[in-house]
Amino acid sequence: MKIFIFNYNFKNAIYVLLLCFINNIVVGQTDSLKITRTKQDTTQLSLNMDAVYNRPFLKYGKIPIAIGGYAEANTEYKVTDGITDGFAFQMRRMTLFLSSSVHRKIKFLSEIEFEGGTKEINIEFAALDIQLHHLVNLRGGIIMNPIGSFNQNHDGPKWEFIDRPISATQLLPATFSNVGFGLFGKTYKPNFVWSYEIYLTNGFNDQIIGNTENKTFLPATKLDPNRFEESFNGEPLTTAKTSIRVKRIGELGVSYMGGVYNKFEVDGIKLDKKRRADVFAIDFNTELPKIHTTINSEFVWTLVDVPETYTQQFGKKQHGGFIDVVQPVFKKPFWGFEHTSLNLAIRAEYVDWNVGVFNETGKNIADDVFAIVPGVSLRLSTQTVVRFNYRYEWRHDLLGNPSIRTAALQFGISSYF
Amino acid sequence: MPQKPKEDEVLDGPVEGLTQAEKLQFIKGDVAFNDEIFTPQNGLGPLFVANSCGSCHAGDGKGHPFTILTRFGQIDSTGNHYLSLGAPQLQNRAIPGYLPETLPANVPFTKILAPANTGLGFLDAVSDADILNLSDPLDIDGDGISGVPNWIALPSYSQIRAQAITQGGKYIGRFGKKGATYDLLQQTANAYNQDMGINSSFEPIDTYSKQEVDPEVSNSTVHDVVFYLKTLKAPIPRNQNDEDVKAGKQLFFSIGCEKCHQSELKTATSSITALSNKVFHPYTDLLLHDMGSGLDDAYTEGSAKTSEWRTPALWGLGLSKNSQGGSYFLLHDGRATSIESAILWHGGEGENSKLMYQNLSTNEKNQLIKFLESL
Ligand code: HEC
Ligand code: HEC
Repeated sequence: MKIFIFNYNFKNAIYVLLLCFINNIVVGQTDSLKITRTKQDTTQLSLNMDAVYNRPFLKYGKIPIAIGGYAEANTEYKVTDGITDGFAFQMRRMTLFLSSSVHRKIKFLSEIEFEGGTKEINIEFAALDIQLHHLVNLRGGIIMNPIGSFNQNHDGPKWEFIDRPISATQLLPATFSNVGFGLFGKTYKPNFVWSYEIYLTNGFNDQIIGNTENKTFLPATKLDPNRFEESFNGEPLTTAKTSIRVKRIGELGVSYMGGVYNKFEVDGIKLDKKRRADVFAIDFNTELPKIHTTINSEFVWTLVDVPETYTQQFGKKQHGGFIDVVQPVFKKPFWGFEHTSLNLAIRAEYVDWNVGVFNETGKNIADDVFAIVPGVSLRLSTQTVVRFNYRYEWRHDLLGNPSIRTAALQFGISSYF
Repeated sequence: MPQKPKEDEVLDGPVEGLTQAEKLQFIKGDVAFNDEIFTPQNGLGPLFVANSCGSCHAGDGKGHPFTILTRFGQIDSTGNHYLSLGAPQLQNRAIPGYLPETLPANVPFTKILAPANTGLGFLDAVSDADILNLSDPLDIDGDGISGVPNWIALPSYSQIRAQAITQGGKYIGRFGKKGATYDLLQQTANAYNQDMGINSSFEPIDTYSKQEVDPEVSNSTVHDVVFYLKTLKAPIPRNQNDEDVKAGKQLFFSIGCEKCHQSELKTATSSITALSNKVFHPYTDLLLHDMGSGLDDAYTEGSAKTSEWRTPALWGLGLSKNSQGGSYFLLHDGRATSIESAILWHGGEGENSKLMYQNLSTNEKNQLIKFLESL
């Protein structure tokens, strides 16, 4: 019996969005439908969970719909152990969001992402929020699972780095969203703000331990084309997060996401025990007073119940994370832009996909990566960033053989529109 | 930007002199060998030992104990009497929902670690006559070393070599630790089937159901992989002008190592021009030798005795750590974690040269090992 099945129709949502666009072009801008920009400063962080709404939207007159989006394009020159494919120009992604107020206390927000041209079209978010009390909001639809901070707060223009953190894309599934519902709430005090979120959604599937990455790989869950329409095993995924931001100290988030990933039963016939995948994450961000250095980091631990008789290729434990440090160097008008800032940035990141030792030798199972990414970014406005990154990465295979080294020069722009 | 490792520091890469079409086929085989990962969704298992060629032969080099193979059930040339219990190979891993095989009680077995795959096209192209010339079954020259080929029965799909030599309908095997495999096609089709549970039209019987099933790998992929194996370059020796290395090489000959680990062989005419009529330096005679009781695991294949092993090529030895996670795992089962320990396990036909090694001065031992590391 399937207990939790959430249905959502992909195509319809895309049509609705496109219709809105076409409509706007055809109708044009009469005075009563004047486009205004909702006031938003995207660099002013509130809680990570607010990121979905804390974006620049365009509003059309008195119509209760606001629209926005961002795009990212870059060029990259990458060399792996002396071998390069030359220059690549990439339009990594374009994301559109649409929000509407159905009522003062009912909001709908959707976000559609086009990755690598139209190769991948994902509904990242399409949920209805109903406020019952500031501590009790009901959210239902396609929800972004609040694990760590990146998943919630991943808009390209907010970051100084062209690549998303490896721990967010290859340990955790970045922009991991699922159909489900749950509650969230927030309370404000003069010196801090505290929040919680808890959702039940469709969840993992067994591609976690059966994928061509040849490692335990939570992002492989996203390969199941049916995951928005049915639950793989009828077991909900629980995601919960609590965050606190204390004035002048920073924001700390603690989150958990876990559920059964295998098909333990088919047509009432028991096949296997329930096997779980559980993820814990801590995220922290702050801005140092006076010098305005921002520090943003996330660390993740996963535990996956891999059958003993499978292969050690697939790890039972994983961990990884990143730390970004960004130092504004100057802020002044530049080239006719009023609020330009130039930043120096550095990221250090690490992921170990297989934490443990080989049964046969008692020696470390490697399967890890370490990377360091210095960069310079020029924020032409709060919503547009031009970035230059240099990335150097050391990757080890399972056995810990000499590392495969990759370096990349990357230049790109990312902007809300 | 990270530099390319020097040609002589890595095992992968094609032999020189391939045509453009051959290079393209090499690349296809490379992808199938190193990058194709089998999953339960695309055919892995249900029973298997590892899920890609590359997970046992990382970087085309020697294997690591975590994917060691177990074979069981045969003690002499009368064949394997445990076929109905899953012999010869134990599939000790299973996809979720299945149980892997376990070793039947009191059965003879051995463990074997994957050898390196470099330069195999050269070994493949040596003529049967040349191999037989090196063999001395009755030890007529009285040096204590005989050396015999493994005479094996061929699978139906094997293409018999030009000028093949037969004995009672059996042919000379030259691959595998006991030399029980005829050619790279048999090795590849068996590896797909036995090591990964991937059936092909060559080896269509599934190891779990024991039934003939649909192919899970195409014939053309199998042929690409075979081509890749044939055209992987031979390891390139390093530091050949170092005085210690030169002295070590002299010792290698003078204490009799080279009698089995033949330094020079030549290929016959091959359909791949780059491999045709070439002299090369593998340090093997492709023959079986009785290595004494210490290396006798009471299991065998083909006509080999349980104490007999095919001389492993020593080319690439110094690079083997780079595919074994930084440590040496030498000999058929990886029991030797240093070159010296591998030498000290030599017995039987190798006993004399081991004793001569033990009588060398410390300096000479170091020179010999430096030479072996330079290969
Ligand atoms: C489970 C680990 C494992 C996997 C997977 C594996 N091999 Fe091997 N390979 C071995 C072992 C062990 C041997 C030695 C076999 C023997 O002694 O019969 C071997 C031997 C070989 C040889 C003979 C080398 C020689 O010097 O005699 C070739 C060629 C080869 N493998 C190719 C492949 C190919 C191609 C694949 C993938 C289709 C593959 N292997 C997959 C473990 C593996
Ligand atoms: C009688 C033939 C013979 C002689 C003589 C001989 N070897 Fe070997 N050697 C073998 C065989 C056969 C093996 C494989 C044994 C096994 O796998 O259990 C082997 C294995 C090795 C290995 C391990 C290779 C590997 O890939 O695991 C090394 C190193 C080696 N020999 C070096 C030497 C040196 C040095 C000498 C001289 C002191 C020597 N051998 C003399 C037959 C011989």
